[in-house]
Amino acid sequence: MVTSTNLVYLIALPLFSAGLLLLLGRIADKWGHIFATLISASVFVIGLIEFFAMQGRDGEARAATQKIFEWISVGSLHVDASLLLDQLSICFVLLISGVGTLIHIYSIAYMSHDHDRRRFFAYLNLFIAAMLLLVLGDSYLNLYVGWEGVGLASYLLIGFWNQKPAYATAAKKAFVANRVGDVGLSLAIMIAFTQFGTVTFAGVKESASGASAGALTAIGAMLLLAAAGKSAQFPLQSWLGDAMAGPTPVSALIHAATMVTAGVYLITRSNFIFDASPTAQLMVVCVGAITLLFGALIGTAKDDIKKALAASTMSQIGYMILATGLGPVGYAFAIMHLLTHGFFKAGMFLGAGSVMHGMNDEVNMRRYGAIGKVMPITAATFGLGYLAILGVPPFAGFYSKDKIIETAFNAGGIEGILLGGATLLGAAITAFYMTRVIVLTFTGTKRWDENAHPHESPFLMWAPMAVLAIGSVASGFLLSSGSALVNWLQPVVNEHHEHHAEEFLPPLVVSALALAVVAIGVAFAVLKYRTVPVSAPEKVSVFTKAARKDLYQDSFNEAVFMRPGQKLTSSLVTTDNRVIDGLVRMVGWIIQTCASAIRGIQNGYVRSYALIMVLGVLALVTAVWMVTL
Amino acid sequence: MDISNYIYLSALLFTIGAIGVVVRRNAIVVFMCVELMLNAANLAFVTFARVYGNLDGQVASFFTMVVAACEVVVGLAIIVTIYRSRRSASVDDASLLKR
Repeated sequence: MVTSTNLVYLIALPLFSAGLLLLLGRIADKWGHIFATLISASVFVIGLIEFFAMQGRDGEARAATQKIFEWISVGSLHVDASLLLDQLSICFVLLISGVGTLIHIYSIAYMSHDHDRRRFFAYLNLFIAAMLLLVLGDSYLNLYVGWEGVGLASYLLIGFWNQKPAYATAAKKAFVANRVGDVGLSLAIMIAFTQFGTVTFAGVKESASGASAGALTAIGAMLLLAAAGKSAQFPLQSWLGDAMAGPTPVSALIHAATMVTAGVYLITRSNFIFDASPTAQLMVVCVGAITLLFGALIGTAKDDIKKALAASTMSQIGYMILATGLGPVGYAFAIMHLLTHGFFKAGMFLGAGSVMHGMNDEVNMRRYGAIGKVMPITAATFGLGYLAILGVPPFAGFYSKDKIIETAFNAGGIEGILLGGATLLGAAITAFYMTRVIVLTFTGTKRWDENAHPHESPFLMWAPMAVLAIGSVASGFLLSSGSALVNWLQPVVNEHHEHHAEEFLPPLVVSALALAVVAIGVAFAVLKYRTVPVSAPEKVSVFTKAARKDLYQDSFNEAVFMRPGQKLTSSLVTTDNRVIDGLVRMVGWIIQTCASAIRGIQNGYVRSYALIMVLGVLALVTAVWMVTL
Repeated sequence: MDISNYIYLSALLFTIGAIGVVVRRNAIVVFMCVELMLNAANLAFVTFARVYGNLDGQVASFFTMVVAACEVVVGLAIIVTIYRSRRSASVDDASLLKR
């Protein structure tokens, strides 16, 4: 463990830039976007320098720390604001700053007509700073600060066009759903502190082995709740679809590549908790399996290209969460899928943004069609991302997703077959809905609006897409050649290789199976969408109707949480008004009434005062007389 | 000596004075009734001084007379001033503080 003095700049630079751009206001309009992009790029460069410095050190000694200042020192609670850059964090640092920089560059062109472009870039830098703090914090409390920071940035960016009430509502919805998860995280921190007396990762890891199973399961469940909130997992998934109200680069960066994967990071980082608690692990795989099917089903029915991609994100993160629940073997594959997903999903979102840019911000895929001819670069980069998410060899998804399917089957017993079946089914549905997106958007016949004149996007937009497309092609091979990532992460997640002995199915069979179901999904979509009506057909099966309505997740939340919640608050308000305020008002009323009665004595006639005095004296004399008698 | 008659007289005078203060409205009459009550008290003082054979009661009655004289000076001045401004010596009319 070495100390590094550079780590703080990873966070300080974008934070400074965000503050500067927000404080300077319109003065910075001319250069704000370039400044923010340069800051993001320099963060990436620092990340690379740190990465190469880590390469120069050996396994266990690779991690670097930096203590910034003593944050809290009360009684037995000592928390330093210090950073930890280890093999896991560096993956995220490079992903966040790398993809982040590409998206900054893309946004320069994408947001060029927006009046508030500088503010947008300030928020993007704020997000980069918060997300880096999230992955670099060396304790749960430091992580929590970053966790809340990305929630804030996400809220600000979803509601960036808050002049539209629907978008402002979407931002609020995302914020509220995230708060539910945040409660889980804060509870997990509290339980960890009461149980272990420390909140640092190293400290909790040390004491976790001696802790009671109940405490570990409780912490694990609360961490899972936090992860579900941030990563849009069942049952807190409803916000992600609406979060697409934000500008498309935001959807690519925050709601596809980085922030929504924070839950996967949290579970991987807390591997010592989950490894020690099989119950918590079971909850994790259940949530992952449910969400990967849930998201995939929603994706099949969405006509809004961004919402279809959002459902796909939900489903792919379901894969990652499922992998993290599979124990030590799964973590590396979850992170690998996270990294490859960061490339291909961000690339596809940017492609969707490029299509929208050319089509006057039209998002309905039924109004697209035959765009591949007029936007060849967008179609090509999107297509590479498509092949990657399908898991076609040798594209990125093949290496990461097949590994997850294989690991799921290897979980053993009935659980393994169920999980493996779920992941295979998910892969088939993924193939179906992604092919649907491709067919509806890039091939077929023109169904454009009369005013639409699609054209290829400028260089600043297609260059990042091209880089991400290269990532979608190559990242899987690079990360898995010689088990590079698995070995790299080994010190963090304590993976031991003997797990590979008990194989349910040989890898080749799993890959063949996965490819077969993908082929079925693709063929089904191609056959089904030979002709596409411009308006969505009304006569559809109950399943399609349910999927169009996000499987009734909003209706459920509304019926179970929102309406009773409203009832509760309104009845509490009534209680407050009638009972609490009533008591206070009654005290006032009593005093006023008594005062009015007593005021009658003060009639202003001297003789009545004299009479009272005489009566008083008489009473006094009588009293004395009675006592002495 | 039998003091009960003196005490009865004193009590009677005091009661007449007290009733006068309460029922009469003319400030001068109220004032006279107050004097009557003071003198009733004086009578009781002097009676007890005589009974017990010491001078304390008589001294007290002298004090009362001095205080009463001072009170008369101040009180009459006030009554005359009120009468001058309001053309009335009724105590019921002097109720401005009530409002």
